[in-house]
Amino acid sequence: MKELLKVKHLHKKFGENVVLNDIDLVVNKGEVVVVIGPSGCGKSTFLRCLNGLEKVQGGVVTVDGLPVEPDKKSIIKLRQKIGMVFQSYELFPHLSVIDNLILAPTKVQKRNKEEVIREAIELLEKVNLVEKKDFFARQLSGGQKQRVAIVRALLMHPDILLFDEVTAALDPEMVHEVLQTMLNLAKSGSTMIIVTHEMNFARAIADRILFFDKGEIVEQTDDVKAFFEKPKTKRAQRFLSTFSYS
Amino acid sequence: MDKDILVSYIPLYKNALLLTLKIGWQGIGLSMIIGLAGAAVLHFKVKVIKNIVGIYVELFRNTPLLVQLFFIYFALPKIGVNISAEICGMLGIGLLGGAYMIETFRSGLETIPVMQSESALSLGLDKRQTFLYVILPQAFSAVVPGLTANIIFLLKETSVFSTISLMDLMFTAKDLIGMYAKTIECLFLLVVFYFIMILPVSIIGMIVERKTRYAEFGD
Repeated sequence: MKELLKVKHLHKKFGENVVLNDIDLVVNKGEVVVVIGPSGCGKSTFLRCLNGLEKVQGGVVTVDGLPVEPDKKSIIKLRQKIGMVFQSYELFPHLSVIDNLILAPTKVQKRNKEEVIREAIELLEKVNLVEKKDFFARQLSGGQKQRVAIVRALLMHPDILLFDEVTAALDPEMVHEVLQTMLNLAKSGSTMIIVTHEMNFARAIADRILFFDKGEIVEQTDDVKAFFEKPKTKRAQRFLSTFSYS
Repeated sequence: MDKDILVSYIPLYKNALLLTLKIGWQGIGLSMIIGLAGAAVLHFKVKVIKNIVGIYVELFRNTPLLVQLFFIYFALPKIGVNISAEICGMLGIGLLGGAYMIETFRSGLETIPVMQSESALSLGLDKRQTFLYVILPQAFSAVVPGLTANIIFLLKETSVFSTISLMDLMFTAKDLIGMYAKTIECLFLLVVFYFIMILPVSIIGMIVERKTRYAEFGD
């Protein structure tokens, strides 16, 4: 298996506050890693360190063997390898759906506009949004916006996709349509790192679970089923028990 | 009020209007270039230059245009810089307006959430592309009302041109009153001509505002 993403001794502080403490991780091609943990445990910050949106105080992140360095020019190339989808969608409100989609492929990768549009339409068809291609973001529901945001990330042909609580702002029916899109991506062999609070979804999609608490990986396992039935650590047991009411 | 006198003065006012418009809009053009460049410097927090921009803004916003204009027109020649009255007028409006435009554009840029930049950056856009394709177009729609107000303000400020003997509207009115003492007619025409000059700016401003906000806010 090919190692795609490598994190070694990652340290992140905001001022004196340690947010990530000595994180190590290797993600192989085609793997779906799901990160769970209580709010404020550092999972979102962790994702942001992976594509250089955050500066780190120690350790290295490499993608495909290349180091992620936020202040260097190389970051532009690297970010094309790492797609990211945000909780708040972050579509560009002044552009139509199709213009949102083709902006980065045409301006950053200098690809042919017609070719990108064709591919964008194909992908929009897959997520049932092709009839919305000339709409503005304000005219879409949250779930539609999030699917457009996923398509926008996919169009850059990234090696790895990061999802930062992408369903946290959606109502239940919309959660379903977005998660379905992500499940299809996982089936097609995409490499993904997903931060989520949807435990059933995590269980369905994950090849590996990382349980974060207080800036550290408390539990990491490939045996996803066993984790959700009986986690090894007390902390994870306590966390998972908060999701059941009986 | 004597109608014949009004009619006979109109060509003089028309010439004055054209001169005012010409110098005024040249100055406004300059002020927008300064404004955009200065706001970009503040947005990207360019070291040292951002401090210079800050000093410039405060200096020009906190002194009257009349003083600035006197400085350019009367003081600069003393140190060997000779420029025509028209260029002085344009520089005066441009430099004063630049200070206001920087503040307007900067506040427009600040209304765009940081997450929009991060979203663009994570798609692989560099800082320049993020600014050009994502931040600036959104900021523009937020800035239109302020921009309109600045342009109106600057067009009115052109009345100071008369003090450096540019034959603008104000100069023409004062001149005619001095010569023929038809005060009422002259002042009436002065009001009408300023109004004609500035009203289209308000109207165009409203239309542009509606158009640029459509994408984000609808009708």
